[in-house]
Amino acid sequence: MIFILNGKETSYTGNPSARLLDVLRDEFRLTGVKCGCKEGECGACSVIMNGLLVNSCMVAMGTVSGCTITTIEGYRETSRYKVLDKAFSSVSAVQCGFCIPGMVLAAECILAKNPHPTEDEIRIGISGNLCRCTGYNAIVNAIAIAAKEGNGIW
Amino acid sequence: MNIGDSVEKKDHAPKMGGAAIYAADYPVEGVLFGKLLHSGKARARIVEIRLPEIQEGYFVVDKNDVPGDNNVNIVKDDTPVFARETVEYIGDPILMVVGPDEKETERILKAIEVVYEELPPVINIRDYDTVFFDYNYGKGDLETAFAEADKVYTEQFETGYQEQAYLETQGMIAEPHPNKITVHGSMQCPYYVKGAVERAMGYTKEQVQIKQDTTGGGFGGKEAFPSILACQVAVAANKAGKPVRVIFDRREDMEFTSKRHPSLCTYKVAIKNGKITAMDIDVLFNGGAYTTLSAVVLQRGIICASGVYKVDNLMVRGRAVKTNLVPSGAYRGFGAPQTFFAVEMILDHIAKDLGVDSLQFKLDNLVQQDDATSTGGMYHFPVPIPQMVEKIDAASDYWVKRKEYAKPQTGRYRRGIGSSIFFHGAGFTGSGERDHIKAVTHLHKFPNGNVEILVSNSDMGQGLKTTFSKIVAHELDLPYDKIIIENPDTDRVPDSGPTVASRSLMTVGELLRRAAIKLREAWVDGEDQIVEERFKEPDFLIPFFLDKFQGDAYPTYAWGVNAIEVEVDTYTGITAVLGAWGCFDVGTPVDLNVVVGQMEGGFLQGIGYASIEQMTADDKGRIRNNSFSDYIIPTSMDVPKLNVIMHVEKYPDGPYGAKGAGELPLVGAPGAYAGALEQALGEPINKVPFSMDDTMKVLQRVRV
Repeated sequence: MIFILNGKETSYTGNPSARLLDVLRDEFRLTGVKCGCKEGECGACSVIMNGLLVNSCMVAMGTVSGCTITTIEGYRETSRYKVLDKAFSSVSAVQCGFCIPGMVLAAECILAKNPHPTEDEIRIGISGNLCRCTGYNAIVNAIAIAAKEGNGIW
Repeated sequence: MNIGDSVEKKDHAPKMGGAAIYAADYPVEGVLFGKLLHSGKARARIVEIRLPEIQEGYFVVDKNDVPGDNNVNIVKDDTPVFARETVEYIGDPILMVVGPDEKETERILKAIEVVYEELPPVINIRDYDTVFFDYNYGKGDLETAFAEADKVYTEQFETGYQEQAYLETQGMIAEPHPNKITVHGSMQCPYYVKGAVERAMGYTKEQVQIKQDTTGGGFGGKEAFPSILACQVAVAANKAGKPVRVIFDRREDMEFTSKRHPSLCTYKVAIKNGKITAMDIDVLFNGGAYTTLSAVVLQRGIICASGVYKVDNLMVRGRAVKTNLVPSGAYRGFGAPQTFFAVEMILDHIAKDLGVDSLQFKLDNLVQQDDATSTGGMYHFPVPIPQMVEKIDAASDYWVKRKEYAKPQTGRYRRGIGSSIFFHGAGFTGSGERDHIKAVTHLHKFPNGNVEILVSNSDMGQGLKTTFSKIVAHELDLPYDKIIIENPDTDRVPDSGPTVASRSLMTVGELLRRAAIKLREAWVDGEDQIVEERFKEPDFLIPFFLDKFQGDAYPTYAWGVNAIEVEVDTYTGITAVLGAWGCFDVGTPVDLNVVVGQMEGGFLQGIGYASIEQMTADDKGRIRNNSFSDYIIPTSMDVPKLNVIMHVEKYPDGPYGAKGAGELPLVGAPGAYAGALEQALGEPINKVPFSMDDTMKVLQRVRV
């Protein structure tokens, strides 16, 4: 089975019922994809699948055939990431860091759909990604800053 | 540059890009998977353990494999590394299966049969028969004060569990070497882990190396528990002769690791001429099956039980009792959120009965600088609560709303606003720093002029790498990127104490500031230099005696004022938080972003504790709320208007005036939230969390 992983055509011959999360972490060593609950509740394992944010723990490998998957390891090479990186840094939005790869990909999905979201729209967009450290304000602010500073890039 | 000006956090880049390596991220080649067999009974004697056939390369590890002492070195030594003849709670670790294939390890685990002889467990805190710790202290003449009171009020308050719910679960890896063992993983306190592993392994100091890995949140949950897990993986690795890793899954972590002590507090308060004249307080904490940290949690809980108020006649009794439930432990606030909730609520109720505004009533009874503390110490520094109340009122329009919402409300939606005023004693309770911790810090200057900070405090997200580096850079007048700070490794760093009690920045940060001054004065270009700085107790302290609960329990206090506004939907019982305002004084912020991040995160955890975070055990002692589906923590949608306002009252013995910060923002939220909710409902509230179900029960009863 073939799919696009971080821009590269990739083949997978293992069990089709394996979780995308486990395959990304164990087989492809993409440990930026975090495992927080394996039940689709916390969002730490978020990846972008054909443009949509998904919990990779809830995706069976059998459904990945022909899809485009982006993890933080691929996304961090983009110019959009650099804008988010600067914005998150400017408000110190990263504390323990465990939710952050998923949060960053959630931010990308918000901005890809709507380059100038309102605060409410940002809050809705990250509501599937739990963060226990920040109280969310800094993350919401960071995404709003990225939207402003990255004017035109999304 | 001002010390408060924010910089990019030292750990920002690797965490942002997903490159930071947490315990679960290490390669697994050559490492055995370990899975714990947890007791399925709350209290039982183990009659027999029937093992399936086990192929070569797989091991079963239990109490008989512990080469040293099968007791985990915490405060007392009753927590076993692996269960003894009896199990004391559902989750008690009986044994560990280790092996090269994860699925086969799980298969073996499931095939093991434990024959139990069940014993009657104690599940409800009210049914306790074993008291782990029983303290009392007091002052004045209680009898006379109650006899002469205008009115006496008695009420009981209850608080539930709170689960730390750090996003990264517990995880630990042990690597055996000839006559030595290395254990690394997710932890707050490398030297606590080291002491525990030395004892379990029967090893000397030189034979045990502990390294903290990047840690995905702690909040107290990684203070003592990692010591237990580290002993277990060390024993397993020693038996197998290979590295062993254990990474908890979420359900295992939520159900079987320590959480905040549930409490039952009874308050009796005497009022004369509108003033509090006496308090008689009984505090009961549910310690769970083993003592772990209950002694110290209880000490803090009872020392602050009379709140921020001047109470000349005081009696406080506190007990931590045994139940056959998961051992309770450290969680941000460490006993204080429970008693602060009770004292804030009873004063709200008294004010209502007296027909006065509760916040004004509290301010009229507030302690002031130079007043005695509950334990006969002294508030050595200004008490900034009145100014902070003004700031909160300006931001939230508190007084106007409080009056408005007190009028009879009709219609589907009802509103309320509540407040709380509180402190958090900064640093260890009592003489812990002086007598037990004796912190040592080092700065290592390399010939190229880079300076490395060598301390055992761990950055688990709260920003210590950043704030420590800023302090050293500031004193040495060096660029921030010339300062190096790695995750602690006990082979390289001295013991500067654990990362707990809101002590790290205030206490260890100050030692680093002094060490940096020393280095600056001794600085020789091109040379390799090391300077050391050790803890010295501030001169102004009134010595604390734990046996009598007398003296300065804390050198100084961080202060807080909260206001929370809610709207209850009387059709559904759903409570929306319309706004939450927190004014916090943690002294000088050594990096404003970092401090505000701590305040916002802690405040939201406190609101979660008061409202939606519900965890209970059933009558068999099993915790059912063991996943993010059943134990709900706040999302980005729950409190969109969360506002933090800083107030600065400098502490001369903290770096640049900084005080303890991490725990304060959680402490006052339950009182303010419940205060708001009871105004909206028009009914008194005596427990948190106060869930949607609790609200519905009130609504059905009063038929609004």
